[in-house]
Amino acid sequence: MSEMTDRALPNSERRLKLQLRGVMKAFGTTAVLDGIDLDVAEGDVITLIGASGSGKSTLLRCINLLEPVDDGQVLLDGVDIAEPGLDPDPVRRRIGMVFQSFNLFPHMSVTDNVAIGPRKVLGVPKATARANGLEMLTRLGLADRADAYPDQLSGGQQQRVAIARSLTMNPDVMLLDEITSALDPELVGEVLDVVRGLKRDGMTMLIATHEMAFAREISDRVCFLHRGRILEEGTPTEIFGAPREPRTQEFLQRVIDAGRF
Amino acid sequence: MTSQPTRRELYERARRRRSAVIATVSTIVVVGALVILVPMTPGWDRVRQAFFDGDVFVESFPRLLRAFWLDVKILVWSTPLIVVVSLVLALARNTRSPALFPVRAFAIVYIDVLRGIPVILLVFLIGFGVPALRLSDSRAWANPLIWGTVTLVLSYSAYTAEIIRAGIDSVHESQRAAARSLGMTNRQTMATVILPQAFRRIGPPMMNTFVSLQKDVALVSLIGPVEILRQAGIDKAKYANFTPYVAASLIFLALTIPCTRLADYAMARQRQRTGATTIA
Repeated sequence: MSEMTDRALPNSERRLKLQLRGVMKAFGTTAVLDGIDLDVAEGDVITLIGASGSGKSTLLRCINLLEPVDDGQVLLDGVDIAEPGLDPDPVRRRIGMVFQSFNLFPHMSVTDNVAIGPRKVLGVPKATARANGLEMLTRLGLADRADAYPDQLSGGQQQRVAIARSLTMNPDVMLLDEITSALDPELVGEVLDVVRGLKRDGMTMLIATHEMAFAREISDRVCFLHRGRILEEGTPTEIFGAPREPRTQEFLQRVIDAGRF
Repeated sequence: MTSQPTRRELYERARRRRSAVIATVSTIVVVGALVILVPMTPGWDRVRQAFFDGDVFVESFPRLLRAFWLDVKILVWSTPLIVVVSLVLALARNTRSPALFPVRAFAIVYIDVLRGIPVILLVFLIGFGVPALRLSDSRAWANPLIWGTVTLVLSYSAYTAEIIRAGIDSVHESQRAAARSLGMTNRQTMATVILPQAFRRIGPPMMNTFVSLQKDVALVSLIGPVEILRQAGIDKAKYANFTPYVAASLIFLALTIPCTRLADYAMARQRQRTGATTIA
């Protein structure tokens, strides 16, 4: 393990938060992740781009241990969390995840959605958790919807609540899984603004997205995934300005042709 | 301009008027036909004497109502027990832990067997069979009331367990993912995220089962206790008249109909509170 850290150190003067080493995942006989290597330093914002089925979502779900990793290592602060048999709950506590379909709890008010994690998982008293939750909601411009239920909110509001729900757990890393894909176009902006705010606050983030303009703007590095491998990795300027791999060029051309970039 | 009705309003107004007329006419025709035709049946006079005797009704009704109190008590005892037992069964059936495999297997067999036997047979088997084992000399051991209640709990918890299980399965997997991603344990996820949603969804089938239970309580009479059905039987013999059965039916309806309406109302309110719109 120390050997791993030593090898990675020259890459960055910042502390490495997350290291993926040869991560493999198959569903049946289909390899969905086929040896993923990735270093994420503290405060890094890394976007994963690629066609549907290229493994972006699966990669995020594997990091959060929602899917068990078949082989390889996922090191969080140098500790392998992909080890089979490891208790996933303490790990997930430190990793926030936001889903494409929001997945808010429909039977709870917005405040309770945001307060439930700290209450149940961290043992924060109910009143404190609700007060903290309300503060977080205020930060994200949702204070006036605190007593509403998820179904009464717009998609953009729901997704902001989902982000707030993750943030109240005070995670080390945030995983954002195509969080604007289910939104009407005019609601995408308010959610992306929240993500911009998180970057300013120095949050470490892994973002799977189809919003190329946003990826170019916010990323420290961009990874192009193809058939479960990171085919090309680089700064936004490198990936979007001068992609080396033919597959990357092809993918970006298709996105441009579709009028999405 | 404001007082001018829109084209749509005019159309709907006309349609409402038309519907009201049709409903009124058809009700008059149907009720009128019943009132005229039923008394014309050859046996009507005897049926009226045997089933709708005012004097018998008045004399029998208070006794039946007192006997019905026993049904209510059995109901009040068995309902919470059924909910608890069926919840345990549903969770046991869904467990994936290999250490709990025997528990799971037991739950599956239990549900299959007890759902497969008519309640009336179970009442006999348990009500007469278990006391006959003479495992204890206490009087409570031989009390048919207790064994009747136990039978209802055993039988109904098998049905209810399947309803709860269906409710649990109907909550989308993404809810579990969201809860687990916050770091909640499996148990916390079940208790705070899955079950509350499951129970809201199974309101109607649960209420249906509850109404069914209200009626099946009468089956306990088969092994002795004088509850309403048995009391009605006694009164029937006493007056040589079936009116007590009609009276007993009315007493049951007085309990079951408000229960279903109350459930409908509660469900509608629930939808209103958490949902944005309802389609008319």
